[in-house]
Amino acid sequence: MQQEAAIREPLILGDKSYKDITDDVVGPIQGKAPMGWKIMITITSIIAFYGVGCILYLIGTGIGVWGLNKTVGWAWDITNFVWWVGIGHAGTLISAVLLLFRQKWRMAINRSAEAMTIFAVIMAAVFPGIHMGRIWVSYWVLPLPNQFGSLWVNFNSPLLWDVFAISTYFSVSLVFWYIGLIPDFATIRDRMTKPLQKKIYGLLSFGWSGRAKHWTRFEEVSLVLAGIATPLVFSVHSIVSMDFATSVIPGWHTTIFPPYFVSGAVFSGFAMVQTLLLIMRKTMNLENYIHTKHVEYMNIVIIVTGSIVGVAYLTELFISWYSGVEYESYAFINRFSGPYSMSYWIMMTCNVISPQLFWFKKIRRSLVATFALSIVVNIGMWFERYVIIVTSLHRDFDPSSWGEFHATNIDVGIFIGTLGIFFTLFLLFARVFPVLALNELKTILKSSGEEHKRIQSNGKSNH
Amino acid sequence: MESKKVLHVMYDDDGKLLEAAKQLVAKGIRVKDVYSPFPVHGIDPIIGVKRTRLAIASFMYASTGTCLALFGMWYFMIQDWPMNIGGKPSFSLIENLPAFVPVTFEFSVLCGAHGMALTYLLRNGTLPGMPASNPDPRTTDDKFVMEILTEENEMDAAALEAAVNETELLELSIKEYTA
Repeated sequence: MQQEAAIREPLILGDKSYKDITDDVVGPIQGKAPMGWKIMITITSIIAFYGVGCILYLIGTGIGVWGLNKTVGWAWDITNFVWWVGIGHAGTLISAVLLLFRQKWRMAINRSAEAMTIFAVIMAAVFPGIHMGRIWVSYWVLPLPNQFGSLWVNFNSPLLWDVFAISTYFSVSLVFWYIGLIPDFATIRDRMTKPLQKKIYGLLSFGWSGRAKHWTRFEEVSLVLAGIATPLVFSVHSIVSMDFATSVIPGWHTTIFPPYFVSGAVFSGFAMVQTLLLIMRKTMNLENYIHTKHVEYMNIVIIVTGSIVGVAYLTELFISWYSGVEYESYAFINRFSGPYSMSYWIMMTCNVISPQLFWFKKIRRSLVATFALSIVVNIGMWFERYVIIVTSLHRDFDPSSWGEFHATNIDVGIFIGTLGIFFTLFLLFARVFPVLALNELKTILKSSGEEHKRIQSNGKSNH
Repeated sequence: MESKKVLHVMYDDDGKLLEAAKQLVAKGIRVKDVYSPFPVHGIDPIIGVKRTRLAIASFMYASTGTCLALFGMWYFMIQDWPMNIGGKPSFSLIENLPAFVPVTFEFSVLCGAHGMALTYLLRNGTLPGMPASNPDPRTTDDKFVMEILTEENEMDAAALEAAVNETELLELSIKEYTA
């Protein structure tokens, strides 16, 4: 049996039994949808429909409806793509990297963080898809035998690496998530009384029965998937950064990009997890499972990754001067003093200064402060991508072709729309899926539950 | 046809289940299976569940992926239609290899992960539409059930029942089935 020091804060508060865990997680699924949920999903669905409308308009008319021009060929679309992929990274980090490091606190948050990953990656995939303009021929990115002069896709291009990286990442995350869900669906199946619900959860649970051999395999599969998802998650954002770094644009062409993008991704991903979970724990009464200690752990990850991002910004700035490359140094002078300097300073404030507040224990353990800062970080990380993309492109080597980018209503509409779709999917998930990994939480009840900690510290028993 | 019996012994705690399994196995009783709501660590060696070889399977799938990806890229980029892209011609796999690393890695992970996941589901027999086979719905909640078959043991049902009753059980159900 796993042992844990008695002085460590318990991960599961309240004197819970195995049955209580089931009740707390499955109860909300069996009950009627609360009013708040109905109101929220109505709002997010309206936003989602507006976004879908904007996307359809874009597909019907052409990507000229965005504010892109000959100089700035990438702007909000790719900004949003990178932002969403980055958000997705936290889920895999929590479920895979923290599994390898045996961080038990991940068990309360991994299910919803992975759901967030999957929905965020879907939102990310929308942008390069519609950016192609002719989305109906998007299958051309695959290496298919074709009639167009025997041409194959270019495997030397990071844009094609991205196709492989994002699709692998999405499908592997989905499988990882679903394999964890199967036993929990079985728990729901065995509790449901209405025949239709029982039937649906029965189908979803694939006939899981919890045999000893199956559990052994389950743990092995989780471990191996975590082992291969860990390099995968680092590779995905590295490859996204190579979309920029392998080009010759000043401000993009830097070797610092892969680690800088990966930590930025984890940073924004954890911020989004905080935003979602702080609301979810409250509305679904999960305060005993996701409590101050979990929030504090996540804030520590935010300080670490936020500081890496901060160091990367300053390194970039220093190297642009130290390298002596005038194009590179101009790109950075233009960033902080040019027409888009506002974005640069928002980015610096939100990403470099605000996470440092978490060094104070009071702020790190304050739920209100965490919620506010998580939103600040997400805004900052959006502006980071905007700064990198737009300010590097709008003034290139040839001053006669300098231009500016201005977002149109469709740019804004599609971005807001993806937020709507994302939150709608997340709300649906929270309503019908087990939002905590039931079976995993039960395994730590005896080592990290409050009651067992008390027994342990009183020295009565040690089972 | 000879009638056979199956004993389903229910426990309300994983610690009690482990203790009981040890006691019964020490008496030479073979425990066929255990149904539990979560992985009970330490039960496998007691009831004789062998370590799974899924990790090896995954390695083999991933290696297949590596070979396929390299073969594919060699065929597309070097063999079938070599192109001179940005002054960097594609005439040799070795020279182009650095550019092929990302896709090779991604494709290996893709094959390794999905291959293992499919093997896992098939070997378990957990597939869409399969019926659940746990003897009691409470075993996915907070109860633990041990399954003992008379046909696998030399003792008869009565002797097994007596042995089982010495453990800290919660409920016992004995059913007949025809094999």
